[in-house]
Amino acid sequence: MRQCEVEILDAKNKEKLLLLDKVEPSATILDIKSMFHKSNQRWYPARQSLCLDPKGKPLKDEDVLHQLPVGTTATFYFRDLGSQISWRTVFLTECIGPLFIYLMFYFRVPFIYAPKYDFTTSKHWVVHLACLCHSFHYVKRILETLFVHRFCQGTMPLRNIFKNCLYYWCFAVWMAYYINHPLYTPPYYGEQQVKTALGIFVFCQLGSFSIHITLRNLKPPGSKTKKIPYPTKNPFTWIFALVSCPNYTYEVGSWLGFTVMTQCVPVAFFTIVGFIQMTMWAKGKHRSYLREFKEYPTLRSPILPFVL
Amino acid sequence: MSAPAMGTTKTAPNDGSHKKKKGPGTLATAYLVIYNVVMTAGWLVIAVGLVRAYLARGSYHGLYYSIEKPLKFFQTGALLEILHCAVGIVPSSVVLTGFQVMSRVFLTWAVTHSVREVQSEDSVLLFVVAWTITEIIRYSFYTFSLLNHLPYLIKWARYTFFIVLYPMGVTGELLTIYAALPYVQKTGLYSVTLPNKYNFSFDYYTFLILTMVSYIPLFPQLYFHMLRQRKKVLGHVEEYTKVE
Repeated sequence: MRQCEVEILDAKNKEKLLLLDKVEPSATILDIKSMFHKSNQRWYPARQSLCLDPKGKPLKDEDVLHQLPVGTTATFYFRDLGSQISWRTVFLTECIGPLFIYLMFYFRVPFIYAPKYDFTTSKHWVVHLACLCHSFHYVKRILETLFVHRFCQGTMPLRNIFKNCLYYWCFAVWMAYYINHPLYTPPYYGEQQVKTALGIFVFCQLGSFSIHITLRNLKPPGSKTKKIPYPTKNPFTWIFALVSCPNYTYEVGSWLGFTVMTQCVPVAFFTIVGFIQMTMWAKGKHRSYLREFKEYPTLRSPILPFVL
Repeated sequence: MSAPAMGTTKTAPNDGSHKKKKGPGTLATAYLVIYNVVMTAGWLVIAVGLVRAYLARGSYHGLYYSIEKPLKFFQTGALLEILHCAVGIVPSSVVLTGFQVMSRVFLTWAVTHSVREVQSEDSVLLFVVAWTITEIIRYSFYTFSLLNHLPYLIKWARYTFFIVLYPMGVTGELLTIYAALPYVQKTGLYSVTLPNKYNFSFDYYTFLILTMVSYIPLFPQLYFHMLRQRKKVLGHVEEYTKVE
């Protein structure tokens, strides 16, 4: 096959950045990005956005040169996406924070509450239970990030890590402060309320884990083909019949359980804000499912069965 | 903080691109014209009320009481503008408009109305006058824009008066919040302490201090944004006259 020429221009000022000759037509966008990286050390492939049009959508790494609407000389427009950070790193950082922050409040480390309470423990058993649940939730998240999740996009802009960590860490401080406070008031309906809430929490945590495993098993490692998730033999996955993003559904459920367990307004706020954000994400995911698959089940809603 | 900032930025580009963008329908336009006329009239009522009260009393003191009711009514009415953005008949950001309107409503109700002792402060007059002049110009600007008949004077006023009015309003607002602090601390207004069954606490005094601090990063940003908008909107006219 005849070899191609690739020209890379800056999307903003149309300045010629690089001319590559003798490029194989079977080369992928990722190959071209790697070649670009060799001559411009600053711009590693994850930071590059290459488009056919200065204002167009970025091309995917796996797109092949000869399948694109270009002649033997391909012109790509480059945009710098800024410093990138891997999803895995962001997830781990945003989860490790709350884990340790909560424990600091639980053990009543000095300078948080009045000195006479330093290193004391709460007399309410629900506070111990809440610490267990909160810690379990974040440990589970960390383990899932390390061993379960398959991220389809490797990186996100660096500033996201500051935004995300600020959100998770600040809310963790806010919640942990009140739950572990010496003047904490246990739930109004006592043991009954806590046990019911615990049931909801555990149920939703198992559900969340089941969904994450199911999504992981949807495609073999490295494959980028998208598939519709369906209910499996695991009862926790039967919710796929009614909902597109049950991972979010179970997450909201877990936090709802935690709110009822602790009867704490900041936790309620966290649940509500999380619910709003996850609903937006679920709607986006649902829409992309509908766009991608003509045969997508019509009974499904984005996050809440029949409702939302 | 005073409203001129964000509202300006959104309608300015709208002036020229009326024909390119699909504007609000006829019914929506009619409604918006009525809304803006009513608001212009309302703030004129407040302006007149201030002048009359000043002439009657012969002093700046305690003029707030003479316009308290229309001020509350028309400033609170501005909440509708958030709805306009949400529904889409006004091409502004819901978040930005919401933030602006809520800050005005906050000052009107949660500070001036709630802390009686500050109502006789001169700082209240400072921001009320700033708001009144700003809003009269702003709402008449929108009215004329919607009717495609914007006199240059109004456009000029909108993009020029803020230079003095914006800092004036901010000063009045900050001084008023500062004056309210001792009373809030003494009475524990809007504050919740532990223990309580919702395991929540809120200290309004600290909240007001944080609000005052937030003016430091926010005010310069909005002010310089307005100055840049001014150059963009009024600058072009100067260029045309130079060419001729």
